[in-house]
Amino acid sequence: MKLKTALLGAAAAFALAPAAHAERGTDGALKLTFPQAVSIMNPYLSSGTKDVIAASMVLDPMAAIDDQGTLVPKLAVEIPTLENGGVSADLTSITWKLQPGLLWSDGTPVTADDAVFTAAYCMDPDGGCAQATKYDGVASVEAVDATTVKVTFTGPKPNPYTAFVGSLAPLLQKAQFEACTGVAAPTCTDQNNMPIGTGPFLVTGFTVNDTVSLEANPNYRDPAKPAFATAMIKGGGDAESSARAVMETGEFDYAWNTQIPPDSQAAMAAAGKGQFVVAFGTLVERIEMNMTDPSPDLPADERATAKHPHPFLSDVKVRLALSKAIDRNILVEVGYGAGGRPTCNIIPGPEAWASVNTDCLTQDMAGAMALMDEAGWTDTDGDGIRDKDGKKLSILYQTTVNPIRQDFQALIKDWWTELGVEVELKAIDPGVFFGGDPGSPDTFQKFYADVEMYANNSDSPDPETYLSQYQCKNAPSPENAWQGENMNRYCDPAYDAMVAEFATTTDLAARQAIAKELNDMVTKTSMTVVPLVHRGTLSAHSVTLGGVVMNAWDSELWNSADWFRVK
Amino acid sequence: MLTFTLRRLLIAIPTLLFISLVIFLLVDLAPGSPLSEIPLTVPPEVRQKMMAALGADQPVFVRYLLWLRQFFIVEPAYLLDGWFGTDLAGDQQRILSWQSRAPVFTVIGQRLPQTLTVIGTAYLVGVLIALPIGIYSAYRQYSAFDQLGTLFAMIGFSVPTFFSGTLFIIIFAVWLGWFPTKYDTQLQVTDWASFLEQLRQMALPVMTLGLANAAVISRYMRSSMLENMTQDYVRTARAKGMSERTVVLKHVLRNSLIPVVTVIALGIPSIFGGAIITENLFGVNGIGAALILAINASDLPMVQTLAFIFAVLIVLFNLIADVLYGLLDPRIRYD
Repeated sequence: MKLKTALLGAAAAFALAPAAHAERGTDGALKLTFPQAVSIMNPYLSSGTKDVIAASMVLDPMAAIDDQGTLVPKLAVEIPTLENGGVSADLTSITWKLQPGLLWSDGTPVTADDAVFTAAYCMDPDGGCAQATKYDGVASVEAVDATTVKVTFTGPKPNPYTAFVGSLAPLLQKAQFEACTGVAAPTCTDQNNMPIGTGPFLVTGFTVNDTVSLEANPNYRDPAKPAFATAMIKGGGDAESSARAVMETGEFDYAWNTQIPPDSQAAMAAAGKGQFVVAFGTLVERIEMNMTDPSPDLPADERATAKHPHPFLSDVKVRLALSKAIDRNILVEVGYGAGGRPTCNIIPGPEAWASVNTDCLTQDMAGAMALMDEAGWTDTDGDGIRDKDGKKLSILYQTTVNPIRQDFQALIKDWWTELGVEVELKAIDPGVFFGGDPGSPDTFQKFYADVEMYANNSDSPDPETYLSQYQCKNAPSPENAWQGENMNRYCDPAYDAMVAEFATTTDLAARQAIAKELNDMVTKTSMTVVPLVHRGTLSAHSVTLGGVVMNAWDSELWNSADWFRVK
Repeated sequence: MLTFTLRRLLIAIPTLLFISLVIFLLVDLAPGSPLSEIPLTVPPEVRQKMMAALGADQPVFVRYLLWLRQFFIVEPAYLLDGWFGTDLAGDQQRILSWQSRAPVFTVIGQRLPQTLTVIGTAYLVGVLIALPIGIYSAYRQYSAFDQLGTLFAMIGFSVPTFFSGTLFIIIFAVWLGWFPTKYDTQLQVTDWASFLEQLRQMALPVMTLGLANAAVISRYMRSSMLENMTQDYVRTARAKGMSERTVVLKHVLRNSLIPVVTVIALGIPSIFGGAIITENLFGVNGIGAALILAINASDLPMVQTLAFIFAVLIVLFNLIADVLYGLLDPRIRYD
């Protein structure tokens, strides 16, 4: 009898399901697990994506970027554009209008002053703001009235959607953070761990590097949301154990960043308790070619600088041949499975920005050999390694310590050896490689190797900043203490000129055309950057969790207000 | 004994200061940057400002002296303030973690209870299993039980916890579904149901670590027992017509315990140190997990403080072991 009643109840609940999630806090507890635990809930002081994603459940920006890469209003009434007058005709200012009646989770009203304060907070030179680029080129932020904020830039800004846009630049509450600006910013532990926000959830408990406890924000702007009454984010372990907790044991509803080997993906999906979801942004695993000579025989202030071009990688035919010898499909199959796809672009998306560039997708060993011969690199002494003028074609190939990268190194070494290139492999601790310490010889900026492999991405769908990294002036060198993002020391005046043109072009179609052109210059035509795999972010969610829309352009939890329990 | 203890404590002060300097320099010289986890999209100028905001751009000796001051003056002052409601510390800067910007001692305070419950229970369980196995194995040397005990110890010794832990997860959590795989640190024990829940979530980590601990201690116990079993006084005891029970559990066991107690005492600091692998595997937010996170993120203040606390504990428990030795074996005199 009891069972029957329960079944009836369940059936009734199922029938009412669409109505059931139209009310706040009716779906119980939401449990998330992150392989890396959350350290801080303030994205302006964060040291990684994990913190930014967690904070996006609590803090809201004016506008978010949806899964298609387009802007959607969050706190703003609408997206300011040239057409609606929100963006000034000369592109030097943007005016955001807050929705009326917005409240912080503590019940106080959200005003334009909060936005003004947030900008000042991040732009304070002593605050060490991690998202300072979002407020780059901002001359002033002023409150026109209680709900209107005007951001004025130092010059025309074709892409004004940086400040207050996306999970990296949300609004902070002035009243809470007033005493936390400048040098005091890192010392405000309570504020940084439990910020008052406008998002669907509010923080009720925070254990550093372990658990964040949340509950539904009673003052959230949509009275019907969120469907969950409480939420918690448990951190720690690794990608494998996080994926298992969702896919096999069903202890958790959602696991972020479950990048695990393809065979494990298949085995876990077979358990039927959850599913993997993937979103493709602009993250591309690539091999960067060094255009300068990294030889240790050179003096320290000339090694790997523009003074000495690379003995063979400065020849475009050698670079093209090295790219042709790689089978990108096998790399995806071995390393990423559903979480990756082969690519020939450094801007692989959004679609409107990506060049149609598929030449490199099929391996062409014969073509590669022919190119090498053409370039004059032949095996004259019969030892299996190509040489020219008594110099051997020998490559030092460095990357970080990471099982997938080591698999890639081994595979690519095989192909290049077949091509007649001697390859020496090197794996460096990621903390050192990406650490940027000018005293260390092993940083990716110093690039004391012939080629290096890592992944990089554009932090916004509009890739202007990202593509401008490959300008001559951005090459790391002893003069700038080895800081700079142009690792290859690629230097082409035509490229620099086009970047300058990019910065002044406002028409969207024209911008997209320039981005494609720039992309092709560093990849297809010169293979200075050899794109390998377009990497997605792979996450897992339980079959009982509904409403998940994966998003690569903003926080994955951007729509957590819409999530509900599938009954 | 008292003078001995005092003398040892006094000698410990310069030793610990020297250890703190060595740890600081080692940690500082190790390659890596606290900003290595920041996305590549953050430009170099911003990174430099972030380093400056952390204080990480100061020369090493400035940072060392500041740390000494914070560790020995500011933090104890905060502790006293917390206990007695005084205001000794004022608003002096505490040791802040670079990764989370939270005071290091707050993090340790949050994490110590989990480490002590889980790792401490595992240690206790390990000892309780190991002693009987060791005693009986030695008493019936080369019997089937002894062979089984040896097999058990070999498995415990040679199978690393990341393997046995994963195996336990697959068997007990995935296949059987008995225990959770992730430790819920927010669980409050208020009634029988939540107590049972706590036991369930402790089961897997305790099992994993208990196996490893029991293996080590049972071998010590067994060899120490074997050594004593052949002694003349045992024969004398038997010749006097004492029961086997008295001979083994009173005469032999007491004498055999001396080295074992030392081993157990010296293992206690490792309880505070947590278990890096096991804690990570089961999501127990203990000290060990904090240490490895901090090392990965090049969070120097956190690594330095934790490593130094371990050094203090090890020095302290060595002393305790020495004193215990004297108490257990009256032949040993330090004066």
